[in-house]
Amino acid sequence: MKTHLLYRGRDFDWDQALPPNHEALVQDLELETLFQAMGGSDEYLLEVARRVILLGVGDDLETIQYRQAVLKDCLQNAAIIRQIYELGVEAVERKRKQWFGVMGKSPMGILSGSVDLLGSLVDLLGKLRLIGREHARKFQAEGFVNLFKMVEAELPDAYFDKIKVYLRELRFPEGILVSAELGDGAESARHTLRRGEKAKAGFLQRVFKDAPQSFTFKINEKDDAAGKAISSLRDRGLNPVSNALAQSAEHIMSFFASLRGELGFYLGAAALQQKLTQYGVSTCFPVPAPAGSNKHTCTDLKDLSLILTVGKQVTGNDIQADGKTLFMITGANQGGKSTFLRATGIAQMMMQSGMFVTADAFSAAICSRVYTHFTREEDVTMKSGKFDEELRRMGLIIDAFVPNSLILFNESFSSTNEREGSEIAGQIVHALLETKVKIFFVTHLYEFAHTFYKENMDHALFLRAERQEDGKRTFKLKPGEPLETSFGADLYKEIFAGAA
Amino acid sequence: MTTINQPVRPASGGGSDRAATSAGAARVPAILFPQAASVPAIPNAEPEFFRDLNLDQIVDAITKGRESYDLKPFFYAPLANLDQIAFRHEIMHDLENEALFAALKAFSDGMAAMRFALDREEEFNYQYQKERAQLGAAVYYCDAVANLRRDLDATGARSRGLLATRDFLAQYVETPGFKTLSQQAHAAKDALDAVRYCVLINDSNITVRNYDGEADYSAEVEDTFNIFKQGDVKDYRVSFNETVGINHVEAMILDFVAKLNPQPFAALDDFYAKHQGFSDRTVLEFDRGIQFYLAYAEYMASFRTAGLSFCFPQMSDSSKTVLSRSGFDLSLASKLIATNTAPICNDFELNGGERMLVISGPNQGGKTTFARAFGQLHYFGALGFPVQGAEAKLFLADRFFTHFDTEEDLKNLQGKLKDDLIRMHRIFDHATSKSLVIMNEIFASTSLEDATFLGRKVLTRFTELDTLSVCVTFIDELSRLNDKIVSMMASIVPDNPSQRTFRIIRRPADGLSYAIALAQKHHLTYENLKGRLTR
Repeated sequence: MKTHLLYRGRDFDWDQALPPNHEALVQDLELETLFQAMGGSDEYLLEVARRVILLGVGDDLETIQYRQAVLKDCLQNAAIIRQIYELGVEAVERKRKQWFGVMGKSPMGILSGSVDLLGSLVDLLGKLRLIGREHARKFQAEGFVNLFKMVEAELPDAYFDKIKVYLRELRFPEGILVSAELGDGAESARHTLRRGEKAKAGFLQRVFKDAPQSFTFKINEKDDAAGKAISSLRDRGLNPVSNALAQSAEHIMSFFASLRGELGFYLGAAALQQKLTQYGVSTCFPVPAPAGSNKHTCTDLKDLSLILTVGKQVTGNDIQADGKTLFMITGANQGGKSTFLRATGIAQMMMQSGMFVTADAFSAAICSRVYTHFTREEDVTMKSGKFDEELRRMGLIIDAFVPNSLILFNESFSSTNEREGSEIAGQIVHALLETKVKIFFVTHLYEFAHTFYKENMDHALFLRAERQEDGKRTFKLKPGEPLETSFGADLYKEIFAGAA
Repeated sequence: MTTINQPVRPASGGGSDRAATSAGAARVPAILFPQAASVPAIPNAEPEFFRDLNLDQIVDAITKGRESYDLKPFFYAPLANLDQIAFRHEIMHDLENEALFAALKAFSDGMAAMRFALDREEEFNYQYQKERAQLGAAVYYCDAVANLRRDLDATGARSRGLLATRDFLAQYVETPGFKTLSQQAHAAKDALDAVRYCVLINDSNITVRNYDGEADYSAEVEDTFNIFKQGDVKDYRVSFNETVGINHVEAMILDFVAKLNPQPFAALDDFYAKHQGFSDRTVLEFDRGIQFYLAYAEYMASFRTAGLSFCFPQMSDSSKTVLSRSGFDLSLASKLIATNTAPICNDFELNGGERMLVISGPNQGGKTTFARAFGQLHYFGALGFPVQGAEAKLFLADRFFTHFDTEEDLKNLQGKLKDDLIRMHRIFDHATSKSLVIMNEIFASTSLEDATFLGRKVLTRFTELDTLSVCVTFIDELSRLNDKIVSMMASIVPDNPSQRTFRIIRRPADGLSYAIALAQKHHLTYENLKGRLTR
């Protein structure tokens, strides 16, 4: 029994390690605001959103489309999804109560814990089956169609009834019958649990005809050693059965847990959608393009983290840049460069996790990793200078680099002088461009940007943060040659206006 | 479990010691030396030079898991002549035959199982338990012996030692004593193995009866719940602690089982009464002696799987022209292999009248390691084993001496120098032209001038004596004393003096010291990246 709502034909692996650079990604792209918006005050949902989004990069195009379909169904049937999600929550709650401390118990203890929990879980499965029978037709996504089908196919009525009989029998009202052989020290060995009923049915016959020889004795309940010996015998007999029951309970439990986790992601997305609607922000389902296709277009792409921070609509950007692999972004301070960079990174990650994006239209090649290299505060540990620290982080990216990655640079290598910074940035970008990669580079390093501009590459796009004649920013990026000043004077004037 | 009233086991007759190790005056196993007459005295204490050459660690590693065989003394006794070495080489060659090696391992395992069962017999308190353990021991023993006899024939052993063992076993297994033992042991065990009984537990009421075809309920339940068992699930089976000793209730059940199955238990009683002390002394000794070879073979295998080689050295008791190709320090190599690092291999060669290697060069360059490897090669060569490296030609020394810098202790420097000299003097007293001497940083505790003076004296004396020796020193002048001395140096990477290669190569000492140079720390230039990104 599998849910398979995040992947066609497989489970989401909740235990896998997050990508090595996830901390930098979360910090640089301010993804925490996104996770918060999806999870709200629910720590669990927050963690689900974090994992699915951070681990989504690297999945294939079909997975993105598969999830988009499931998400569309969820947005349509929010109440039913919530009901199913609650079954998962209840299962987890039951487990917490009934399963607690099963590990470390004797097989007898494990068995009775398992029988209890299975009783509850089988009830929940029954409820899930009912929901499916009532509402399945409202769902179109392959993921849901298969889920409801699977529940019907794997749990027919007859099987349900059979399970219930076993759950009663396994409380052993007639006693426990164990067979054994003699081990290397004549101790009892190779224990097997036996069905005792047959012996009982033939009881009279046995007494009058060839009653087999048997010896019966009673153990003194105060005799601890005797009690131990008997429970050891019993437990060795029960071991495989208790294992089978515990594994069954675990399996059904993991089905519900995965139902809870996978639906949790879509519930989070629905919550985010609702919030954005409140702010009057429209979204669209992006069109993922094959890896390496260098597709990149967007209309009115807005920075989700900025929206969530200010709680209202913000300025978006339009980019038509199919075939481009180097995006060099220069221009005015406070002109929206970082915002654009973040918007691009967040949209890419949301697209790859199967979500909608905050744009009127968005289409981009999927990438296998997203890396960020943003300028940081001075290293507080004093272990290394700022430039050294920048190089160290760059080294980590190179170590983990895989082809078809997206790298976002923000003011990188500007902690040394312009000439050296430009030289090093140039060497790094040149080397990277010889692999399969898409680079967005926000920079004030004029020499660096200008050198690339002069090279006149087909696959490079130069964008500039717009500054009107009066010094006002529109927060729009327009194609344009790098300029030698970043208009810091404007900013100076603005901030020190009163002081003049 | 309780161990009250431990009964005394009947005295085992005819020297058939239960375990190979318990013999107070154990004979040296015949498999270790060609003729009984030539067996040297086996020392019980570790030789003095063991620690300096890390031989203590190495022998610990070799004998690890085989402590109960008490093999270490055999590692303290280098061989006296080339025939003894050939005898052991033959056996080590035989062990390269995988089938034969496996057969000897199986024999050892069988004998270990026998000893384990006999130990249990002593621990057990209930008669049936004792009897059953002793019966098990006999079955292990008979099978181990019979299988080894068969396998030594089938696998084509060629060494003198194993052929003699084969002949002994061929005769032994045909003796009436062994045949009866084997037949009766198997018959008694088979009968007991066929016993199957049931216990019905209903609260405190316990019923014991013979098994009567009752269905396997586990299988039924597992079958039903199988649909829920997919993928990797946790194993919820409890592992029981395997003490097989039983308590009074279990003993009561066992007595009922015996009453339900009188014949098998009568046969068991009978076997126990008739077959006390069943094992043969020669078989037990062989089991101990062969461990010496198996232990070393397994030790070598741990290096071979890491890509390092071992070879049969060409040993000589007259020629001091020695060589080693791709040798390495065993103790360091096993540490490196544990961390998946490849150790550096080195070569050496002494030709014509050359007798002494003087090693100089940067600190941490692998000089001491090299000197140790030189000693280890000769020592394991003298034990009759293959040695590390692709090729080796070694001298069979009469004695081994080491002079390593001792830990600084509470004595003052003058005391330490004096101590160093006393130790050196002792070596002079005992070393012959056939000895092997390894010196490491001698006289490091005194002034350069003193150390040079003393070093010159000592080295000259050894070369006059014509002793094969190695000297690690920071005084490069010592490498130019006379023609018998060959200079070797720890080498460096030309472009990067801060990186050690751990290669020791034959070349004149240059006396330079190397400061650590600054490396290109982050490897982020265009050229670096081209390499890193196209891996």
